[in-house]
Amino acid sequence: MRCALVGRPNCGKSTLFNQVAGYKAETGNFHGTTVTFTASKVRVTGTVLDLVDLPGAYTLSGASPAEREAQRYLDQEPVDVIVGVLDASHLSQSLELGLELLQMDKPVVLALNMLDEAARLGLHINGAGLAEKLGVPVLPLVASKGRGVRNLFVAALDAAKNGQPVNHRYGRDLRTPHERHAAGAELAEAFVRQGERHLNWRDRLDDALLHPVWGYAVLLLILYIFFQTVYGLGSVLETPLLAALEALTAKVAAPFGEGTFWSQLVIGTMQGVTGGVAIVMPYLLPFLLGLGLLEDIGYLPRVAFLMDAMMHRIGLHGKAIVPFILGYGCNVPAVMSTRTLEEPRDRFMAAALATLVPCAARLSVVFGLVAFYLGPVAAMGLYAFNLFVIALTGRVLTRLMPEDTPGLILEIPPYRVPTVRNVFNKAWFRVREFVVEAWPALIAGSAVLAVLNFVNAARYIDLAVRPLTWILGLPAEVGLPLIFGILRKELSLVMLGQALGTMDFGSVLNTVQLFTYSVFVVFYVPCLATLMVLRRELGNKGMLWISGLTVVVALAAALVSRLVLSLIVLAQSA
Amino acid sequence: MRLIETEQNTWVQVTGVKGGRGLQEKLIQYGFFIGDRVRVLRRAPLGGPLLIEVSGREMALGRGVAERIEVESLP
Repeated sequence: MRCALVGRPNCGKSTLFNQVAGYKAETGNFHGTTVTFTASKVRVTGTVLDLVDLPGAYTLSGASPAEREAQRYLDQEPVDVIVGVLDASHLSQSLELGLELLQMDKPVVLALNMLDEAARLGLHINGAGLAEKLGVPVLPLVASKGRGVRNLFVAALDAAKNGQPVNHRYGRDLRTPHERHAAGAELAEAFVRQGERHLNWRDRLDDALLHPVWGYAVLLLILYIFFQTVYGLGSVLETPLLAALEALTAKVAAPFGEGTFWSQLVIGTMQGVTGGVAIVMPYLLPFLLGLGLLEDIGYLPRVAFLMDAMMHRIGLHGKAIVPFILGYGCNVPAVMSTRTLEEPRDRFMAAALATLVPCAARLSVVFGLVAFYLGPVAAMGLYAFNLFVIALTGRVLTRLMPEDTPGLILEIPPYRVPTVRNVFNKAWFRVREFVVEAWPALIAGSAVLAVLNFVNAARYIDLAVRPLTWILGLPAEVGLPLIFGILRKELSLVMLGQALGTMDFGSVLNTVQLFTYSVFVVFYVPCLATLMVLRRELGNKGMLWISGLTVVVALAAALVSRLVLSLIVLAQSA
Repeated sequence: MRLIETEQNTWVQVTGVKGGRGLQEKLIQYGFFIGDRVRVLRRAPLGGPLLIEVSGREMALGRGVAERIEVESLP
C-alpha cells in the first residue's frame, strides 16, 4: 500500500511526514527544502503503509525541478492513495493544487493543516461542507503538534482499500490554472468565515526585521550571535574530545610497538575517527541546529529579501543566499539546495560559488592553522578575503553568463514557533549524511595515507605536485595532504601533521606559508562528497567545470596572498 | 501604471504582465494571477525587492519583476 503526500511548499507536509516517520524528511519554513522525495514505512492500525513525501509543488503542471519530480512520481509510480495537504490559513491557494489532485483517477484524501494558524487569523472553516462539495474526505490536522495525524492516515488507508468513486468529484472540468484559481477562491468564499483577526507580535516582527536599516543591523547581529555561539560551543567541545581521543589512540596503538606498520595503520585510522568526532562534529552539530532553528522560524526567506539587491551584484538573486549560508556548514547540502533555483544558469552559478564557501571542515583548517598560529584577526581576514574572491568570481562568471531572468519571486511565509522535534530531526538528518557518507571516507583516507607514509609513496606524490607547491612557496611535503585533501577537507590538518611529522605547524611553516596553504585549501577542489553531489545536480560537465574553476581561483588567490604577505613581512623586517 | 510605481499600502488590481508568457506562468505558479488585488507592503533599500501582499499571503518580488507588472488603481 503506497501513500503519497502532496502539497504546496510550506504547507507542513514534511512536518506531517516527520511526525509519523521520524528522522527522515528535511523540513523547513523555506520553500523547496524537500527537493527530492523521501520514503518511509508507517504502521497504521496493523497495516504497513509506504509513505512518500513528494517535493512541495505549487501546481502539478509547473516547471521547477521539484514540481516536475512530484508530477513524474504521481504519473509513473504505483500510488494507492494521495494525501493532499492543504494550508488551512491559505485555503483558496491550497485548493488550487487540491483541485488538480481531484482530477487524478486515484483515491484522494485532503488534510486541512495548520488549523491553529488559521484560528489565529480568525478563520473558521467548514470542513464537512467542503468534503461534501468536493466529494472526498477532508480531515482536520495540526501536524506540528501531532493532532489529527492518526485519523488522517486511517481515512487514507480506508480510501486506498475501498477505492473511491471519482466521477462525483468537484472540479473535474477545470483545465487552466486560471479556472482553478477562480474555483479555489469561490470554494474559500463559501466555506471559510473570516472572524476577528488576533494581531500579535508575529505580525509586528517584520516592521523591525525587514526595516531598511534595522533589518540589516538585526541580520548582522543574528549572524554574529549564530557564528559566535557555534564556534564558541565548538571550541569548548573540541579540546576535551581531542584530548580524550588522543589518549585513546595512544592506548590502542601501544600493543603494536613503535614505528611498526600496524601501529602506523592504527594511529592513522584513529586520526580519521578523531577528525570526525573531535574536529568536525563539535562545529557541525551546533551549526545545523542553529540553521534549523532559523529555517523553522521562517527567517531565511527574510534573509533572501534583504540580500536580494546584494546578490544581484554578483549575478544571482536573493534566493541563492541559502546555498551560501548552508555552505558555511557543509557544501553538500549547499549544492543540493541550489535545486530550488529555477534557471539552470542560476543553479550552476550558485553551486560554483557555494563550493568556494569555507565549510565547517575547512573551518578546522582555518582555525587550526591561521587562528591558532596567526591569531583571530588573520582568520577574520581570510574570511573577508574569501568573500571578496567569491564576489569577484561571481562578477566574472556573470560576464561570461549574463543574468537573463527578471529576478526574485519568493513566498514569504508567516513566522512560526519552531518545534524542538523538527529542529532536532532536521539536524539529525543532515548529521547522519555526514556520518554515513563522509566519515567512513575520512577514516579510510586517513588509513590509506598512513600506509602511503609507511611505504614512502609520499615522496613520489610530493614530486608530482612539486610545481604547484613550489610556485606557492610551500615545502614539498605538503603535496600529499593537498592531493588527499580532496578526499575530505577535514583531513587536511591531520594529514598535514602526518606529512610534516609534527602537529606543531608553527615550527615548520612560516607565517606566509601557513596563510598561503590555508587560502589554497579553502578554495581548491571541494571534497569528494561535494564532487558527487555536483555531478548529480549538474552532470559530469558541470562538475568538471566547477572543479577546474576552483583550482584556478585557488591558485590565483593563494598567489596573491603569498605576494601580498611576503611584501608585508619584508616591510616589517626592513 | 506599473506595480513598482504604486504607493505603499495602497491596494491595486493586476491588469497584465509584460515580457512574455514565461514570467506570467511563473507568477501563476506562485499564486499570483492577473485580476488579483495586491498592495506593496515594504521596499528593500538599494534597488532591492518589494514585499507585496496578495490574497492573504506575502511575496517578495524583485524590481525586475515588479517593473513588468501592470496594475490599475481601485476605485
